[in-house]
Amino acid sequence: MSPTQWDLPVELCCRPMAFVTLTGLDVVYNAVHRAVWDAFCANRRADRVPISFKVLPGDHEYPKCRPKRTSYEWYIPKGILKTGWMNKHLNLVPALVVVFYELDWDEPQWKEKQSECATRVEIVRQSLQGRNTKVAVVLIQKKTPLPPGEDVIASERAAALCNACELSGKSLFVLPHTDHLVGYIIRLENAFYEHAQTYYYTEIRRVKSHKEFLNKTTHQLLFVRHQFKIAFFSELKQDTQNALKNYRTAYNLVHELRAHETNILEIKTMAGFINYKICRLCFQHNTPLDAIAQFRKHIDLCKKKIGSAELSFEHAAWMSKQFQAFGDLFDEAIKLGLTAIQTQNPGFYYQQAAYYAQERKQLAKSLCNHEASIMYPNPDPLETQTGVLDFYGQRSWRQGILSFDLSDPEKEKVGVLAIQLKERNVAHSEIIITLLSNAVAQFKKYKCPRMKSHLMVQMGEEYYYAKDYTKALKLLDYVMCDYRSEGWWTLLTSILTTALKCSYLMAQLKDYITYSLELLGRASTLKDDQKSRIEKNLINVLMNESPDPEPDCDIFAVKTAQKLWADRISLAGSNIFTIGVQDFVPFVQCKAKFHAPSFHVDVPVEFDIYLKADCPHPIRFSKLCVSFNNQEYNQFCVIEEASKANEVLENPTQGKMCLVPGKTRKLLFKFVAKTEDVGKKIEITSVDLALGNETGRCVVLNWQGGGGDAASSQEALQAARSFKRRPKLPDNEVHWDSIIIQASTMIISRVPNISVHLRHEPPALTNEMYCLVVTVQSHEKTQIRDVKLTAGLKPGQDANLTQKTHVTLHGTELCDESYPALLTDIPVGDLHPGEQLEKMLYVRCGTVGSRMFLVYVSYLINITAEEKEIVCKCHKDETVTIETVFPFDVAVKFVSTKFEHLERVYADIPFLLMTDLLSASPWALTVVSSELQLAPSMTTVDQLESQVDNVVLQTGESASECFCLRCPSLGNVEGGVATGHYIISWKRTSAMENIPVIRTVITLPHVIVENIPLHVNADLPSFGRVRESLPVKYHLQNKTDFVQDVEISVEPSDAFMFSGLKQIRLRILPGTEQEMLYNFYPLMAGYQQLPSLNINLLRFPNFTNQLLRRFIPTSIFVKVKLKNFLLFKFKVLKTNRLLFHVHFTEQYFETNSDSFAFYSMYLAVLLFISIKLLFIESNFKDLYFLR
Amino acid sequence: MAVCIAVIAKENYPLYIRSTPTENELKFHYMVHTSLDVVDEKISAMGKALVDQRELYLGLLYPTEDYKVYGYVTNSKVKFVMVVDSSNTALRDNEIRSMFRKLHNSYTDVMCNPFYNPGDRIQSRWALLPVSDPVQVGPAFCVLLPSFCRTCLAILVAKMQPFGKQGRKGLFKL
Repeated sequence: MSPTQWDLPVELCCRPMAFVTLTGLDVVYNAVHRAVWDAFCANRRADRVPISFKVLPGDHEYPKCRPKRTSYEWYIPKGILKTGWMNKHLNLVPALVVVFYELDWDEPQWKEKQSECATRVEIVRQSLQGRNTKVAVVLIQKKTPLPPGEDVIASERAAALCNACELSGKSLFVLPHTDHLVGYIIRLENAFYEHAQTYYYTEIRRVKSHKEFLNKTTHQLLFVRHQFKIAFFSELKQDTQNALKNYRTAYNLVHELRAHETNILEIKTMAGFINYKICRLCFQHNTPLDAIAQFRKHIDLCKKKIGSAELSFEHAAWMSKQFQAFGDLFDEAIKLGLTAIQTQNPGFYYQQAAYYAQERKQLAKSLCNHEASIMYPNPDPLETQTGVLDFYGQRSWRQGILSFDLSDPEKEKVGVLAIQLKERNVAHSEIIITLLSNAVAQFKKYKCPRMKSHLMVQMGEEYYYAKDYTKALKLLDYVMCDYRSEGWWTLLTSILTTALKCSYLMAQLKDYITYSLELLGRASTLKDDQKSRIEKNLINVLMNESPDPEPDCDIFAVKTAQKLWADRISLAGSNIFTIGVQDFVPFVQCKAKFHAPSFHVDVPVEFDIYLKADCPHPIRFSKLCVSFNNQEYNQFCVIEEASKANEVLENPTQGKMCLVPGKTRKLLFKFVAKTEDVGKKIEITSVDLALGNETGRCVVLNWQGGGGDAASSQEALQAARSFKRRPKLPDNEVHWDSIIIQASTMIISRVPNISVHLRHEPPALTNEMYCLVVTVQSHEKTQIRDVKLTAGLKPGQDANLTQKTHVTLHGTELCDESYPALLTDIPVGDLHPGEQLEKMLYVRCGTVGSRMFLVYVSYLINITAEEKEIVCKCHKDETVTIETVFPFDVAVKFVSTKFEHLERVYADIPFLLMTDLLSASPWALTVVSSELQLAPSMTTVDQLESQVDNVVLQTGESASECFCLRCPSLGNVEGGVATGHYIISWKRTSAMENIPVIRTVITLPHVIVENIPLHVNADLPSFGRVRESLPVKYHLQNKTDFVQDVEISVEPSDAFMFSGLKQIRLRILPGTEQEMLYNFYPLMAGYQQLPSLNINLLRFPNFTNQLLRRFIPTSIFVKVKLKNFLLFKFKVLKTNRLLFHVHFTEQYFETNSDSFAFYSMYLAVLLFISIKLLFIESNFKDLYFLR
Repeated sequence: MAVCIAVIAKENYPLYIRSTPTENELKFHYMVHTSLDVVDEKISAMGKALVDQRELYLGLLYPTEDYKVYGYVTNSKVKFVMVVDSSNTALRDNEIRSMFRKLHNSYTDVMCNPFYNPGDRIQSRWALLPVSDPVQVGPAFCVLLPSFCRTCLAILVAKMQPFGKQGRKGLFKL
């Protein structure tokens, strides 16, 4: 028996194809034949018909056909399926034999050739005696044949040849050897394929015909065999549907067989074969679920059919193979396009195969543990005469025996022993590892990382059993971190235990130490006695001694290992191991914590290192050093103990170098920071803890940053979440969980002991030289040196502000663009204790808005910290936000000489420009002077002297000026005419003499100038009196170059009588003026509408009366004579309308010289009225105001 | 009836694993751990579904030769995994569901325990989740904790009595 006994036979696994033999081809010496053969067999693609060809000599002897059985009555089958049967029909018995023969139709020696050909066919027929194999003849011809029917000779001769060879016309082919060889060959092939199919069809019929003769009692095996054969022939016929159907029947029949210990292997073997075929066909038909269901059924049926207990490992091996074969089929189907899913992929089958392989190993281990003295039996019961078995799945020592009783128990015993001894030599681990790695590859593909890890652990363990410790360690080490990161400590401990064994057996120091460290740690779920043992071993190793062997190790391996360890001890060399802990969970935990997030440079930096051991016994460490990002501090933070190696065990509980399990050890470190590090971060980059010492072995545990290992972040999170109350501990002890790592601190400059005051009067006014007084006073105990002032706009604000802000120390001159926004490092000199200095800063802000100003004072001082003299640079800064506002608002308006608002001015007609300066500053402003700079287009009517010189404006007060201007005609100017500038020179009233005056220039608005054809102005008194003549003169001025036709009319008014021209038409020459005189006679008092003057220009229809109203008054105030008034008044009193009276009094009272008497009289009357009406107070007030 | 019951934290570390004591404990640990592959995949596939329509029961995770592994995930992504013997045909989907529901209730009770810190491994002997003895049938989950919890609350409420209604309101706010 070969070790690959369990492998499925090749002929079972291949795809059955029709077998056709080609004879008469000399492929070695004949180039034409060679080409024909190549065309048949080379580059067979999937679209060619499935035929397997073989070239055989014409006189090849085919397997002999056994004589036909006439009756099955006495026939008892010896087994289910002969081992040679499948191969016979795949490779030995052809479906069709093709005889190639070179013969052209016009062959001169036709007769001779024809008979030779017939002889060849006859020889082939002879050797196929009794078989249904078809024979075909192919004539290789040099000439291209004519189309059928045209060549008379050809058809005649063909018929003759068929006759001679006893062939049907369908079995004779012609193969012209021309250019289109491959095309002809493909046509030939298809014809062959048809013949082959007919052959297999008849074979199926033949097998089926046997079934009639079978009976159920003696021929049970034959049922299976025949069914299998039918299915196999169907496959050869490429009728896979029928093949599947027949295989399924065969499968059911197999399980109907009476099973017994003696034939169970045969049944299982056949069941396995048929199951394989079914699954394969199901996958081929793209019904993977059927395949899986069949396989499950198969396994469920066969799982319990273990057979002989002594050979139970055979069952495990068979099961393993079933799973593996199915996995292979599944995988193959996936490669051909099937999609698998996470929960249904070949990996599971490989995994199960591996599981059974492991079981096989276990069983083999317990069943095959024979003494070494037991020899392999001689003669070998597993040898057969032919070297192979007759039937699949039978025992070699009792082939063909169907009886369930063991005829020869002794022989049986020897046979079993032989199998067991053979099994002992099987490399089980190799099989298991191969299967596991197959499974790993699959699970990797289907996103099962944890399954993959699990399988890798199994692989590692298997390597360990196979004593390949290096590979075992490699695998285990690889997956460990997965379990660690997910916190599956039980699994991690189990893996670590195996890894520790491996590293012990290889005497791998570093690995041994690392695994020990972790197994002692809190992530390990080992019992305390185990931990003690490991700790003892670890201490031994650190003292350069051999550790005790790990339990459950192979005795021989331990012996080798002990030798290795002895070598290690004698070997001088590097005995210091640095182990980074961030990737695992060692038994010492470390946390570093600075006392504060920042330290002043004149105070020593203090931090604690907390250590805690989780091992069962106290342990000493020899050295602890802390590294910083600035390595200069490293030297200050080292604790070292010069202890002898053996002291590690002695006096363990004493001293600060000793870690007591479960107790937190706190170590305080202190150092003075360098002044260069001010403003920088000091970070603990690593903490190194040395266990053991350099004379023995030394392990340096290296924590990156401020401590913490693979598990601590999760623990910290849990601790933060917890609201458990922790029991109170003595003063100097802390709870481990409550310590939070703080691995960095800032060094900040010393606290300044000076005061900086700012004095100013906000808000600042635009463009003024704003004065900021900085007072610096030293409160230091010693003299401070090198005091420097930086002042100005705080950097980091809007870039536009920088452009529009200027700072200077000299307030006497206005600063311009060239001045900076920030003055840096103005040396101020030294300051004695208590001394004070003052500095004036002038800021000019060009735009409004708020700005942040920074005043920064720095100085140097000598300080002693921790008995070290250091020069400290201190600084103090003050920030102030200053708002800048406009000092005043200037409003400008154009009004007509009637003080009416003008939207546009008229050429050559005087108008008024009024400026109004409203102070918006909260502080008093002094307007030093103002100036109107006129644009060239404007001319002044009178002087342009400033009217507001040296005026002081308080908040909200305003100063107004009025200028009379005239604009000559300019034609039509788009957007109006520039007026000029208004310049105000001003300063704060509180500002000192030498502070320059600020000139604020205001651009006056443009004004639209319009030409008018006719200018009318009226000459009339400011008021009229009732029944007194009111002379009015209108001046009409022609402003055009034309003679103007003017129509003038005056409309009557109810309030006036008038004399003058009521309607007139006249002409005015260019540039000249016409006067119109009217005499109005008011009839009523009050504000009265004048009789309106209507002017109509014939040339300018759009010169309307609307426009005219702008130049001439439309109404006039008409007063009443006092005499008349008083008469009127009495009338009013009678009506008792007092309010009306008061109003009336205000408007109509007139004070002129001759009316004094009336006035007194009036007063008397008023008094009388007032007393009478109890309105004395308000009336008196009214009277008073009248004055 | 289950041979192994496990409660797994959101971060995929075990909070509680209990298996039939007669068998290899490690095997079940591995089985539960590997089943998380499928749980993760199912959760991520489910992530897109609406929260209210989400089914907590994940169904059969994967079959092995001898066992069936079922999964269940709570809204806070705590996973329950249950391993059942394949040969046990009495356990249908419905039974498994109800077992999970009971397990969920028990877990909720554990979370209600004021002395339990969420995320800690559930270790206390008497606060155990349903004991999964193979002899014991599913419904026989015995949970001591809820009654304990209720007792605690009762005591608290009793102590609050002197404070009147206000005090009790305060308690409920907690």
